[in-house]
Amino acid sequence: MLKIDNLTVAYGGIEALKGISLEVEEGKIVTLVGANGAGKSTTLRSVVGLTKPKTGTITYMGMNLLVMKTQEMVRNGITLVPEGRRVFPNLTVLENLKIGAFYRNDEKNIKEDMEWVYSLFPRLKERTWQLSGTLSGGEQQMLAVGRALMSRPKLMMMDEPSLGLAPLIIKDIFNIIKEVNKQGVTILLIEQNANAALHIADKGYVMETGRITMAGSGKELLANPEVKKAYLGDTAHK
Amino acid sequence: MTLDLFLQHLTNGISLGSLYALIAIGYTMVYGILRLINFAHGDIFMMSVYFAFFGVATFGMPWYAAFLLAILLTGALGILVERTAYKPIREAPKISILISAIGASFLLENLATVIFGGRPKTFPQIELFTKMVDVGAVRIQMLTFMIPVITVALLIGLLYLINHTKSGMAMRAVSKDIETARLMGIDVNRTISFTFGIGSMLAAVGGIMWGLKFPSILPLMGVIPGLKCFIAAVIGGIGNIKGAVYGGFILGVGEIMLIAFLPELTGYRDAFAFILLIVILLFRPTGIMGEKISEKV
Ligand SMILES: Nc1ncnc2c1ncn2[C@@H]1O[C@H](COP(=O)(O)OP(=O)(O)OP(=O)(O)O)[C@@H](O)[C@H]1O
Ligand SMILES: [Mg+2]
Repeated sequence: MLKIDNLTVAYGGIEALKGISLEVEEGKIVTLVGANGAGKSTTLRSVVGLTKPKTGTITYMGMNLLVMKTQEMVRNGITLVPEGRRVFPNLTVLENLKIGAFYRNDEKNIKEDMEWVYSLFPRLKERTWQLSGTLSGGEQQMLAVGRALMSRPKLMMMDEPSLGLAPLIIKDIFNIIKEVNKQGVTILLIEQNANAALHIADKGYVMETGRITMAGSGKELLANPEVKKAYLGDTAHK
Repeated sequence: MTLDLFLQHLTNGISLGSLYALIAIGYTMVYGILRLINFAHGDIFMMSVYFAFFGVATFGMPWYAAFLLAILLTGALGILVERTAYKPIREAPKISILISAIGASFLLENLATVIFGGRPKTFPQIELFTKMVDVGAVRIQMLTFMIPVITVALLIGLLYLINHTKSGMAMRAVSKDIETARLMGIDVNRTISFTFGIGSMLAAVGGIMWGLKFPSILPLMGVIPGLKCFIAAVIGGIGNIKGAVYGGFILGVGEIMLIAFLPELTGYRDAFAFILLIVILLFRPTGIMGEKISEKV
């Protein structure tokens, strides 16, 4: 569905991505894990056209994404839950959800999707009329996910949805990711929380300073001693 | 001062304040979406007056057609200024955009001087607007009543547009986060142009009514009102539409009352706006309705 090939991205003179390749198959949950500054967000930003790569190709269902405008992505079923939530603080919860469906005109289906999102996140329903800037961090994260779902995505990319959330809420969010995936949405998930991410992922990539260093099924990576040591907090003392 | 006289001054003040408000809204809308002071706004206002003038005086169009055309042309001019002077350098440092804004302003002023001539022209007087009416003991131009009514109607329409339509939601989203707005499928460039268009059209409505009220028109006539309305927007809290309206009214009523109560200070009429600005900036730097001013990231 999504194929990144030999992508390099440079900020000024510094190469943040040094030729990465990865593939996301339709219907799967694929995760990209790695330490701070590895280039995970840069990868996602390149996919949606917010960062311009130096070389490489990105194709999505046969389309060249490098020539597609960011604002066209969502029409083609691509959505991103950006790093740091980025809900619109001056819009109400309801408006943030509506804006997720901005390109759509099928009012009836939008209503249905809204009910679905509210059923996934009952907390949002209670706060329909609240300005999103006044939501708690966890609620904002729910809203960011809900907003992305409102576009009826085919491919949902998520940049560290668990960042700064309490363990219980993280569990909720991961359950919802699984649920959404079951409904047929392909997921590309970026996580620091490698353990949780690899558990739900069909496939995982490990990224280190701009390179993909390991790839495999979620299970394989979870069992891999190097991954264990570097990302799963599994040390010799344990 | 008799009550009647006071009421007469008050109506005049409200009327002038309405005109200020209409122009101030343009500053505040553009600032809200781009964090940019559109210094050409006063000159766009001036152009609208000339557009209407030529429509009626030169091309002999009926006033309503000429006014409508002038409003549309002014909207287009606002978009043209945005597309040529601001859009190409949107990612550039703030100071470059500021200089471009000043350049656009000078360009319009000088173009107007060359094309329209530097000598004042007389704006056509239209009976319907300029006739005098008596309300009780107050004798006042019809226009003086119509201006606030039109302003309030437009304001209600504008607030509806911004708060209850999809385009308005897009404007509010773009004003906070351009990247994420793009991710939502919003056409950011079109939304910004739309904002300039609306702001310019409101200035055109103000401009036409200004021409009817103060019929001597000049290529530099946008400078002082432009400056004052910018001040009105700042006083109200720049970026906030209702604030711009309050600012406009405070300035308009304040100015007229100053002249009415202290006629010896008439010469300081224009200074009044600046003094008020300084006072407000000292005590409430974000203006009356202003939220905390945050730099765009
Ligand atoms: N706009 C930018 N200008 C310059 N350098 C940047 C920019 N954005 C990212 N970088 C650099 O590129 C590298 C990769 O950054 P990126 O945000 O992709 O990392 P990440 O893997 O998402 O990290 P984290 O887990 O901390 O979010 C980092 O070294 C970062 O400093
Ligand atoms: Mg990141």
